[in-house]
Order: sequence, then C-alpha cells, then structure tokens
Amino acid sequence: MGKTIAEKILSQKSGKDAKAGDIVIADLDFVMGQDGTSPLAIKAFAEMRATKVFDPARVAMVIDHSSPSPLEGVSELHRQMRVFADKQGINFYDIGDGVCHQLMPEQGHIIPGDLVIGADSHTCTYGAINAFSTGVGSTDLAAGLIAGKLWFKVPEAFKFVLNGILPAGVFSKDLILYLIGDVTADGATYMAAEYGGEAIDALSVEQRFTISNMAIEMGAKCGLMEADEKTVNWVKAHSQKEFATVKADDDAIYARVKEYDVSTLEPQVAKPHTVDNVSPVSQVAGTPIQQGVIGTCTNGRIEDLRIAAGILKGRKIDRHTRLIVAPASRQVMLQAMREGLLEIFVEAGAAVVTPGCGPCVGTHNGVPSDGENVISTANRNFKGRMGNNKAFIYLGSPATVAASVLFGKITDPREFVK
Amino acid sequence: MELKGRVHKFGDDINTDYIISGRHKFKTLDMKELAKHVMEDLDPDFYAKVAKGDFIVGGRNFGCGSSREQAPLAIINADISAVVAKSFARIFYRNCINTGLPVIECDTDQIDEGDELQIDLQAGVLHNRTKGIDIKIAPLPSVMLQILSEGGLIEHFKKYGTFNFN
Repeated sequence: MGKTIAEKILSQKSGKDAKAGDIVIADLDFVMGQDGTSPLAIKAFAEMRATKVFDPARVAMVIDHSSPSPLEGVSELHRQMRVFADKQGINFYDIGDGVCHQLMPEQGHIIPGDLVIGADSHTCTYGAINAFSTGVGSTDLAAGLIAGKLWFKVPEAFKFVLNGILPAGVFSKDLILYLIGDVTADGATYMAAEYGGEAIDALSVEQRFTISNMAIEMGAKCGLMEADEKTVNWVKAHSQKEFATVKADDDAIYARVKEYDVSTLEPQVAKPHTVDNVSPVSQVAGTPIQQGVIGTCTNGRIEDLRIAAGILKGRKIDRHTRLIVAPASRQVMLQAMREGLLEIFVEAGAAVVTPGCGPCVGTHNGVPSDGENVISTANRNFKGRMGNNKAFIYLGSPATVAASVLFGKITDPREFVK
Repeated sequence: MELKGRVHKFGDDINTDYIISGRHKFKTLDMKELAKHVMEDLDPDFYAKVAKGDFIVGGRNFGCGSSREQAPLAIINADISAVVAKSFARIFYRNCINTGLPVIECDTDQIDEGDELQIDLQAGVLHNRTKGIDIKIAPLPSVMLQILSEGGLIEHFKKYGTFNFN
C-alpha cells in the first residue's frame, strides 16, 4: 500500500511503518519558538528539570511577535529568551531579524524531508519546501527541546489538485483563501493537506509559502507540497545541508481528494470575523478601508513587496487611509531597499515598520480604532485579532491591499497589475 | 475523576484569540492575571460569572487558530474544570492534555447555558442533570489519557525525563 508525503516522513523519522491513525514517537530535525510561546516553554523546560537542549544547532528562538518590545512586561520575557539562548548556544534571532516563518527557510534551517515543530501555529509554512512542519504549544516545545523527539498521530491526508494557471492579478493568496472558503475552517482538521497540480507547479516557491502558511486556517496539521526543480534550487540557494526530497506514492491513500480549476479565479477577500468567510473581490469592492497592512508570515516576502510596489509606484494612498508595510525579514527589507521598493512605499504615504508580526497579532504597530475597517495580507481576521475587538479585518493579497489603500475602499487590483 | 459544574455555552469556531487575546498574552506569564481576560472579546463579564468547577461548552472546531498555550492555562486558572465541544482544533487539544485540562468531545446540541453537568471521565459519560440525559463522550487516545492522568506533560517528563508511554 502506498504512502502519502506525511506518512513517508513520519515513517522515516520514527523508524516505523507509519500509517494514518498510528501514534509514533519521531525524531525532530528542527525545533523553533517565538516570543509569544518560548517564555512559557523555557519555564516548562526548567520545571521538567532539564539543563540542556538536545542539539543547539537544531534549535532556534525568534523575537518577532512584539518586536521591538512595546511594554516592560514583554521586555522581561524577551530578556529571559536572550539569557536562555546564550546559555544553550542555540540559534537566536532578535528584534529586526524578521518573522520566524520567513527566517527558518531563508536562513537555511529547513530542508525537504525534515520533521519540524514550532511553537507557532503557522509553522505549517515549510510544507511548501516539502518539510513536515507543524505548530505545537509551549509544553510540547519544551519536550521537543529536551528529547529531540515528539509523539505524533500520523494524519490522514487531504489532497488538493489545482488545475489551470492563475490569471494575471490573481495570486496564491487568492487561491488559498478560496480553498479555505470552500472547505471551511475545520475542513481539514487533523489532516495533512497536500497541494499539487499545474497551478502549484507554475508558482514560485515564495508564492507557495503563502499557501502552506494558511493550511492551519483549514484546520490542517501541515500543508505539504512535493519538491520540484524550483524547490530544489530555492533550498540550495538558502541552505548548505544535504537533502533528499519526498514524493507521495502513486497508490497513496487519501482520506479526501478535491480537484479545482483555478484558471477563472477572481481575487478573493476574507471578510470579518472568520478566515473561511470568503467572497470574490467584486462582492466586497467599495467597502471603506481606514488601514492597510502589507507584511506578515503570509505575504511579507520580496515578491509580495514587488507586487505591492508595482501598484503604488508614483501614486499616493487615499488621504483618509493609512498603510503599514512590515517586510518579513531583515534580508527582505535590505533587498527591498536595494530595489527602491521602500522608497516607493514611503513616497506613497506608507509607514514602513520593523520586520515582525506586530500589526497582525494586535501587540503594537497599528492597532485600529473602534469601528475601523482594515485590509491586511495576514492570515487571520478574528475579532480582536489586531488588538481591538470593535474593528473589522478583511484579508487579501498584497495587490488587493495596495489597490485598496489607493482609493480608501476595497478595490479589485487586476487593472493595476501589468 | 468526576467533574461537576454549570455550563457557559459558546458557538462554533471559538479561536484561541477569543480565549485569550494577543493584547494580554504577550505581556506576562502570570496566568492568574491572564485568567481575568478569558473569553473577554466574546463576553466581557465572563470571568466574573464563572464559579469553581464550571464548564466551557462549545460547538465545532473549538480552539482553532494560534498555538498559544496561554489559552488552556488561562481557562484552568479561571477555575474551569473542563472544555466540552463537538470537535476541537488539534493544537489546542494537545495543549489542553499537556497542561492537564480535560477536553471532552461529544454532541453539545443538548447542552444549554446554565445547565448542570456531571462528567465521569473514566466511565466516558456526561450526565446533563438539568435535562436528565446522558451523552456519550468520545474516548481519548491512550497516549493522551496517560499524559492527562499523570497531570500533564511536565509531570510526565519530571517522572521519566523523556516520552515513556505504556
């Protein structure tokens, strides 16, 4: 009987013939925590009476959620992380370095075939480069730091076959929003989503990250893709590690398979207050917007910034609308600087802020006021998500956000995309 | 373990941002303080209403969203004894077991706000005292049952130093 990508990786890492439904204890290739989850893990690590992490080279901690610190309470938690990182000799990324899910692949920590846990729900992002990566809480993180292993229930798989090529002005963000709207927020709960087909093949690796990033928004445990030449080249450009890619068997068993034709897809927008509340942009066009956000682990990469800058170049955002741009990492910010993209954003009227998660998670850097509408490239629009439970959050692609802030209302970006 | 208390009923897709908002959770590891803000965005008076041992009851996909373990910890520190829902999001479910908060999967259509419940985890039965009915609960995987019965994953690691399942 054939195996899915998830079954193959979990078999390899557990030394067992792992099938959906089995429980296995598997070796971890990489373990990551951020500043919202690491302090509790450090506390649990001490309570578990551990003194050393299993392998400092396979561990990273990142300060990105409240970065730089907006409050003294946060500063103290950051201090605890720095002390732990120094003592353990682990990889450590401080303020300004970037968002954890950008840094892990960009800095070469993650390679195809890896088994990765991260104490952040969007750890599923690295599925785009063929790694089984999944989000855990702080106590599982502590256990992983100590043992270098974790127990897993081998997930069933949900295969998305995406036929056709996305039209101009329609991006991977629109595609994943559409899929989440279709299968709903718990449509793939506890499953390994596998995304494939010619639409995926045609996307750049950067665009693919956006899809895997949002697998959790359909409840999935991971969002896997097979590796092609683009994946291999991308990983080789970022990592020195040797790797072998993992392909599903032709006779692999899927709990569910859905096929889509994406060639006529419109730009999509998720409406307040759930990610699966999705409409084509034409149905929400004209909704007034007071703030736009471009960035986050979903859409803060250099290609995203190029798309947004392409629309904003030589234009000014609406005078009653704000725009916040947070590049996903220091490297992305430097590249955007070199290409003149930051100049375009600043000239257009945007506030360019430190690489990090701030605006998306409501810690700082752009909390909306009561009754305001925000359009963001982030992955969540829950009530209160951005720090105010009386604000309304819409989600869209970088192009949709850029076009919308020009007019102060939700705008179809297609006429602005060459 | 037998649990008794009153029901605080919520709907489908209760995410961990609603359980404990990012506004609060990044600031402190003081869970007693975070507990005061549990469910605040959905019901500002929630914390004041809870009596020791009460239950949170939800619909489908309870605990979806962020991996924050502050969510189960804040629920525990608000003196809630268990969360009952039709289905749970996977990270939240694991976090509850790891922190020692019982999570009960069953049909919640016949459980309403204010109902009195009695739950026998060993026997796998939820008794709705207000309505006089028994509701069958889905069994926990053995690994999770062991972690929960040992008081959570920290206690498991204190005892064995690594994963050690029966």
